[in-house]
Amino acid sequence: MSAIAEKGPGFGIDIAALRKQLASGHEMWRSLDEIAGTAEFRRFVEAEFPAIAERLPARPNRRTLLKLMGASLSLAGLAACSRAESIVPYVRQPEILIPGKPVYYATTLSSDGFGIGAIVESHEGRPIKIEGNPDHTASRGATDAVMQAAVLTLFDPDRSRTPLKDGQPASYGHFLKDMAGLFSRWTVSQGQGGALLLDASASPTLAAQLDALRARYPKLKIYRHDPLAIPAAAEASHALFGSALTPVYRFDRAETIVSLDADFLGEGPGRLAYAHDFAARRRVRSPNDRMSRLYAVESTPTITGAAADHRFAIKPSEVEAVAAGLNAALTGQAGRSASPIDQAWMTALADDLKAADRNALVVAGGHQSAFVQAAALSANAKLGALGNTVQLIEPPDALQVDGDLARLCGAIGDGAIDTVVVLGANPLHTAPTRLDAHKAFSSLKFMVHHGLYRDETAFLAHWHVPAAHELESWSDIRAYDGTASLVQPLIKPLYDGRTMHELLAVLGGQFEADPLAPVRQHWAALDDDAWKKALRDCIVPNSAAKPISVTVPPDLGGLRPAAKAADGIDIRFVADPWLRDGRFANASWLQELPRPLTKIVWGNAALISPATAERLKIENGKIINVALNGADIDAPAWIVPGHPDESVTLSFGFGRRAGSVAALAEGYDAFRLRSGAEWIATGATLTPRQNSVRVITTQHHQAMEGRAIIRHASLDAFRRNPDFVRKDVPPSPKETLYPDWPYDQEAWAMAIDLSACIGCMACVSACQAENNIAPVGPDECERGQEMHWLRVDRYYAGPVEAPDTFFQPVPCMHCEKAPCEVVCPVNATVHTHDGLNAQVYNRCIGTRYCSQNCPYKVRRFNFLDHQSFDKDDAGPEQGVHNPNVSVRSRGVMEKCTYCVQRISAKRIQAQIENRDIADGEVVTACQQACPTQAITFGDRNKKDARVVREKSAPQNYALLEELNTRPRTTYLGKISNPNGKLAKTGEATDG
Amino acid sequence: MAEASTNSPAVLRGRHDFPEISGRIGSIVLNGRLPRHFWIAFLLCFLLVLLFLYSITYLIAVGVGAYGINVPVVWGTMISNFVWWIGIGHAGTLISAVLLLLRQPWRASINRFAEAMTLFAVAMAGLFPILHLGRPWFFYWLLPLPNVHMHWPQWRSPLVWDFAAIATYATVSLLFWYMGLLPDLAVLRDRARSRGAQLFYGILALGWRGSAFHWSRYQVVYFLLAALATPLVVSVHSIVSLDFTFAITPGYHSTIFPPYFVAGALLSGFAMVLTIAIPLRWAFSVRDMITLRHMDNAAKLMIAAGMVVAYGYVSEAFFAWYSGEPYERAMMAERALGPYSPLFWTMLGLNCGVLQLLWFRRIRRNMPLLFAIAIAINTGMWIERYIIVVTGPSRDYLPSAWGEQSLTWLDFGILFGSIGTFFALVFLFIRILPAITIFEVEELAEEEDKLR
Repeated sequence: MSAIAEKGPGFGIDIAALRKQLASGHEMWRSLDEIAGTAEFRRFVEAEFPAIAERLPARPNRRTLLKLMGASLSLAGLAACSRAESIVPYVRQPEILIPGKPVYYATTLSSDGFGIGAIVESHEGRPIKIEGNPDHTASRGATDAVMQAAVLTLFDPDRSRTPLKDGQPASYGHFLKDMAGLFSRWTVSQGQGGALLLDASASPTLAAQLDALRARYPKLKIYRHDPLAIPAAAEASHALFGSALTPVYRFDRAETIVSLDADFLGEGPGRLAYAHDFAARRRVRSPNDRMSRLYAVESTPTITGAAADHRFAIKPSEVEAVAAGLNAALTGQAGRSASPIDQAWMTALADDLKAADRNALVVAGGHQSAFVQAAALSANAKLGALGNTVQLIEPPDALQVDGDLARLCGAIGDGAIDTVVVLGANPLHTAPTRLDAHKAFSSLKFMVHHGLYRDETAFLAHWHVPAAHELESWSDIRAYDGTASLVQPLIKPLYDGRTMHELLAVLGGQFEADPLAPVRQHWAALDDDAWKKALRDCIVPNSAAKPISVTVPPDLGGLRPAAKAADGIDIRFVADPWLRDGRFANASWLQELPRPLTKIVWGNAALISPATAERLKIENGKIINVALNGADIDAPAWIVPGHPDESVTLSFGFGRRAGSVAALAEGYDAFRLRSGAEWIATGATLTPRQNSVRVITTQHHQAMEGRAIIRHASLDAFRRNPDFVRKDVPPSPKETLYPDWPYDQEAWAMAIDLSACIGCMACVSACQAENNIAPVGPDECERGQEMHWLRVDRYYAGPVEAPDTFFQPVPCMHCEKAPCEVVCPVNATVHTHDGLNAQVYNRCIGTRYCSQNCPYKVRRFNFLDHQSFDKDDAGPEQGVHNPNVSVRSRGVMEKCTYCVQRISAKRIQAQIENRDIADGEVVTACQQACPTQAITFGDRNKKDARVVREKSAPQNYALLEELNTRPRTTYLGKISNPNGKLAKTGEATDG
Repeated sequence: MAEASTNSPAVLRGRHDFPEISGRIGSIVLNGRLPRHFWIAFLLCFLLVLLFLYSITYLIAVGVGAYGINVPVVWGTMISNFVWWIGIGHAGTLISAVLLLLRQPWRASINRFAEAMTLFAVAMAGLFPILHLGRPWFFYWLLPLPNVHMHWPQWRSPLVWDFAAIATYATVSLLFWYMGLLPDLAVLRDRARSRGAQLFYGILALGWRGSAFHWSRYQVVYFLLAALATPLVVSVHSIVSLDFTFAITPGYHSTIFPPYFVAGALLSGFAMVLTIAIPLRWAFSVRDMITLRHMDNAAKLMIAAGMVVAYGYVSEAFFAWYSGEPYERAMMAERALGPYSPLFWTMLGLNCGVLQLLWFRRIRRNMPLLFAIAIAINTGMWIERYIIVVTGPSRDYLPSAWGEQSLTWLDFGILFGSIGTFFALVFLFIRILPAITIFEVEELAEEEDKLR
């Protein structure tokens, strides 16, 4: 201790504060003394007392990051002093807990405020892997890339750990004391001058608690700030039907789908269910199968557009004209509207929709104007699809609020509000530019912030209370279709975290509330058995919203196209697919997960079309200045084929500096250009600057170079020639010098349906979570040293302005005649008895010959030490590791194992039960996460196995089969269903 | 042999006697009064040795990620350095063994340092496969040792063959070199005046007394070793080339590689001989022993080897086209026009273009120019190795995985560190061992009838 004090006078005060904090616990003194002289302790003092974000250099390197994580460890020890617990091994083992055997619990994760059901794998009380809940309507057993990172954010060393009063650590009791003061003030004043600021949440308990608070404090105001809100649908239905209704789509019934700038596969709370249903209608295995057809009109390239049979890129402000034109075409008034889309195209589209009748579906993008929403509803009504493929329900996230952030800032400016409790939201990062949120929040008399991190908003707050993570919380939440599901904790709060419900209970005067009580109270109607069942499934039965039948007035409720024809550049704002508004910016998995189309990692770029880039004479990485209404940002340009001309796509989520991982990322903050809650802005200007910056991407070449990598055909061509994958391809050789491997037991194999793959990256994220794959950081990614075992290749074909986009997940092929096996000098990569191409980490000395000789380049090498093996350097982030998968050290090769740990677990189980492993019993992580079930895995030796059926489809082919590697992973060629009447642009030509 | 004509300069110039020859060569070692520029040059090399040690320490502390390598191009400068150094070693073996068997008398005054060069080059080369490894401390797992893992190396892997080939080559080169040193060590022992030097050279001389028996045994062993070393000139680099040809990577998978690598090895080897010999004969005023004839012959061998290398370039490109393989063709096009094209054209310019200057006798006998050409060829050959290592994997089968590697300070730190270490060893060798074979020059003087 004294050693530290001598180091510099700056530490003196902090140490004194620390002394006070620690005075109660005798044992902690000892452990503190033990670490006082260590580097960790110094780092702790440096890291915690002056705020982490303040002391971070502008660009901390990976070493700094590791150090911060190390510091977090001693912090974990110190923070525990407030709740010292003795640790004793099991004397009597809990009944359900067998060491080494995972336990699975159902819970619900929130996605933009809506629930998606999950099943969490927990090892000895440690949640390590998220799977989808097959019974949950929003999950259908699948997960997306972001959900996978929930376990990572749980163990994030940067999480806020103790309550802070004016930036100094304080106890929760101290906080309660101050809240008691607030409580008594509000009781007297009926909440006068007080306000709550909420994040997006569809929690029924929250709604009930807010109602109770309102009843207690009639003058209390409640605001909601959701930077990713899409209020247009509610607006439109207000105008049309007089009440806010929200559409739910039934893609399982839809035959012909038109998307009006809707990315229903990649965005929105129902995306997993939609992707599941959409793909199910497009599964073609024989010439007699049918498939749906998707037309996508879109203002920025999305995975929905990539999956479409016809795609049309237009400026975001022109979508209204297309919507109007579509309605006109459906009513036979073709030619009257000034649609930016070719009339013949529109007529064919309208005919196709009419042919599908009530199984047609027009989907409007939530970020488009109310007019587009109304036009889509009207088109659906005309087709008779309303009530069939589109159902309208009460919005599951309906909350009675007094307004948004703008109203709150206004009220603060007027002096009407001087006390704000911020629950979860981070307005200081996400506030529109026209609000001076910083000034407004700085002028508050009293401000409480509740959140997972000490973020931008927390720095301004008088009190910051750490939030409990979703996986530590009791709560409930509704899904996109209104289904209520429960959130149950997988682990006791690691730190001093509290749930939102606890805080609301405190505001209501219940200072001793336990976290479960508010939730259980809300669901008091469920008796204990029903509650237990609901907890087991994490679904409240029959809670889905009932569809409401309505009629669409012909005048569209008076809604008119809102966008005025404007010169200049259109801006299309999008949320980053993984970081959303920036709330996940500290999750390294998500930072390093390539964006589906651009494959950009650790940053964002301003996406523009090739023609616009040519006009501005810029290339990738060149800085462009985007100016709009007096505000401007500098962003690196990135040219995306198929992007509409004279328009730029800017994504939210980057530019954050709070958090050690977030600070490593590059990119710009698009919120600094957004004046309100709009998603589309017109009249912007683009000015190229002189300099360039790096934009890190994991795929540098976009064309297939005329190689038969992704084999594709239209449905008609498939029907004419089901064997199209073998057309114009030389027969694969059969000769080999080495004898064939015998397989007495299983012979594992995988089939990947390229028609079903939508490129959503869930599989890659799931693989990373399951297999302890280390994130490497931006510099390493730039050098090409990223570690993902599974990658999703994206290729373009056809003209750059309207390309076909293809996705191809590439795991290890587990070749029968593996080129990697013969070249390893130390026998570190070997063929197993069940056909896997196994990598023995212990033997590997890192010659990298195997990777050199792998034609698929699926092997990944630990070029640097990406995992910490130093006991003293370990932080809470180690908790996320799957105990059944080795953590790899520096200098060894690694690769996809077909999730061999899952195979082994099932084999052990089968052998105990003296039976064969059943088909479908072993599910790989990528397969389990996939929302479209594009991946099939199983035993090739079983005649009736699903994987054998998939591989017997006529369009089954092996990648690079001419090399005679005989892969066990094969692909089903992509089949699309273009309208024969429309000459498809860029048909089957390869760029 | 008659007095040298103007067309072919003499192997030995002037008239000599035995004490004069052994005294002149021996005094470089025994007097220890080396010119100042020798020590300045050694100091510069020593700084590079320090850089080498620092780079290796850094590498082992941080990991191979400190090189510019990545996936897909997992092999980088360590492999190209390795191939380059092994190649440089070849000239020494060729001069000493092959020319010995072919009874080429002109080899006599340059064979010693050419052999030393071989040895040091192989020593350098032997380091690189280890520095290339992700876990260098486990390099011995390549050896067929009974170890805790209870498994043998994987014999199908060319890296194992490679390991054996290099180990053989290093052993034979060392023995051959040491065998050749024995009579000279005895001369030094006899001429040494200090007790320490007498002991040092005495122990090394293994009791050589110069009896007729000794000489007859010596001749047998020396020729036997030469016969053993001769196939190694071909085999080592052929096996090194199998590291590449065995792989299915486009640009690697080619049957032309073994002869093409051997020719390249001789080209770079002779370039290195000239790089060392030209300053050596100038610095130690041994221009009468290492004469223009040697330089001229080495240059002629360079152009012979260089033309085979050029033929290799042509046939490589031709067969990429002729194979009809889209992958091979695309790789070759990308090599010439892709991101590595500046290096590729530089390589062609140096190895094929600059080389043609050696057709002119005046250039061959212009020492500064010849030195510059030798340096250019050495650079060109390093670039050739690098091009071969990186361009194939950077443009292989799946375009999605295409990518280039970069070069970091560590890549250059280790390359230049190894060059510095090599020359530092050469300097030390000149300081403590006779750089020119005393007895063979004496023999030559007698045979050439140039004794006073």
